[in-house]
Amino acid sequence: MTIIYLITIFAMAVFLGVELITKVPATLHTPLMSGTNAISGITIVGAVGILLTGVPLSDFGWLGLMLGGLAVFLATINVVGGFVVTNRMLQKFKGRKSS
Amino acid sequence: MMAYETLATLKDVLVALLYLTSAIFFIVGIKRLAHPKHAPQGNFLGAMGMLIAFVTAFIDFGITVDVAGETLRFESGYWVVILLAVLLGAVVGVVSAIKVQMTSMPQMVAIFNGFGGLASLLVAGVYYQLSLIEGALETTALIATVFSGLIGAITFTGSFIAFSKLQGLKIIPDKPVTFKGDLAFKLMLLALLLALGVLYVLDPSLALYWGIVMGGFVLGLFLVIGIGGADMPVVIALLNAYSGLAAAATGFVLSNTVLIISGSLVGASGIILSAIMCKAMNRSLTNVLFGGFGGVASSLSDDDVYAGKVKSTSAEEVAMILKGAQRVVIVPGYGMAVARASSAVKQLSDALEADGIQVTFGIHPVAGRMPGHMNVLLAEESIAYEKLLDLDTINPQFSSTDLVLILGANDVVNPLARDPQSPIAGMPILNVDEAGTCVVIKRSLGSGFAGLPNPLFALDNTLMLFSDAKKAVEEMVRAYKEL
Repeated sequence: MTIIYLITIFAMAVFLGVELITKVPATLHTPLMSGTNAISGITIVGAVGILLTGVPLSDFGWLGLMLGGLAVFLATINVVGGFVVTNRMLQKFKGRKSS
Repeated sequence: MMAYETLATLKDVLVALLYLTSAIFFIVGIKRLAHPKHAPQGNFLGAMGMLIAFVTAFIDFGITVDVAGETLRFESGYWVVILLAVLLGAVVGVVSAIKVQMTSMPQMVAIFNGFGGLASLLVAGVYYQLSLIEGALETTALIATVFSGLIGAITFTGSFIAFSKLQGLKIIPDKPVTFKGDLAFKLMLLALLLALGVLYVLDPSLALYWGIVMGGFVLGLFLVIGIGGADMPVVIALLNAYSGLAAAATGFVLSNTVLIISGSLVGASGIILSAIMCKAMNRSLTNVLFGGFGGVASSLSDDDVYAGKVKSTSAEEVAMILKGAQRVVIVPGYGMAVARASSAVKQLSDALEADGIQVTFGIHPVAGRMPGHMNVLLAEESIAYEKLLDLDTINPQFSSTDLVLILGANDVVNPLARDPQSPIAGMPILNVDEAGTCVVIKRSLGSGFAGLPNPLFALDNTLMLFSDAKKAVEEMVRAYKEL
């Protein structure tokens, strides 16, 4: 049953995404891309999740731990870098109506 | 004391509501991105949504309510690793986001996409590894693991190749790299990986998962090396979609709603952008990914088109024409980015406007190397976004324009697109030839990405200014001010 519920959410979100994105003008396509790119760093939630486990290191293994840490690191770059660079771009677009 | 059953339910409800809140922040954030004035606020809302999701992850995965044992505990797990990774990642992210030049934005977006994809496949892989210890995954979660691994891997190496091409690292050439039977090779590799995926779902093992990931790395590599520079806008948009879909797949592995919602929003965004880019080239996605130009031989030689008809001009002469103009349209292309000419363009536009000349910019959807590339470069120079006009808005205005300045653009202004026999037939172009005079600033008569001669350069009302874009515009500004 859970899977049906998850697939429903997925399908609805795709349609919502299409509706939202088609309203963004071409001028803002680059910030849109880098902004949504930052949102795809949401995988950080899963990355943090796997490291919050109680599984002892002997079972988890150093490799597992390293890969988990790498996932958190990369997702953080994606999120933080993405939002900061998008903000930098958008500040240039904002409020220069009559130059 | 509250019963532990209630406590467990309470935790689940709280987590679900917080994830929902975070998803709403993302949705409203993207909605606000639709207008330049509200867009920074939209981006801020997105960042807040991310913060909420991040904090919620600690409640979701850290707090365990043991109903049978009547205990509640917080599992801090490997918090040192999390802390270090987040700090390091934040520093790297902020520094690169602040330092990157606006002209390097396409490769920046490309590499960030790649990081997102790699993170998603790592999460799916390690989560699967943990499930071997803590309890097996359901079949649906196993299927999702395959998709997460495969899409994540393709996103990572594909983005790396795109980055390398855009950055000019010369690891692989900017031109499409193709070899005999490459399409068959790619299709066979994909089929093999899907077969391995089925095998993995039936009889999962760590070795098989990482094997699929390795195969995905190879596939991502081969998918992007075959694509040339001017098709990059499509590829970057598509990789953006993939990074989202990889996150959504990881959401299915973890049964996590916020991952699924955010991932599919990003997936939809990337797919729409790729579709817009394809439409702007009148090509199908399949054609961009597997066909490429090159396949169609042009019957026109450069000599037929150009011989004796090309008139070259000087910056001084253009300055004189500008002096007498009332409406000027500037059409920028990738050449403007390469020559870093945008600040000179701003000076020119300021000088013209000071004399009451109307200046607007005609921007083709695929000008540059990513969607909206030209707009970002011009916005960087404080050129108001109202002056940046898209194809449909600017095209009817060319007939009443005195002078069009074409800066490093070629295929997007090639009138051959109107000839049904030509390889770019049907591609929507900027109708610059309807203007009084066209000045094309270009280093040589060399052809654009489509490998075609451009009859525009030989028209009676076209003047060629053979020069570096930045140098040419700077000379023009100087000459104009001296008049």
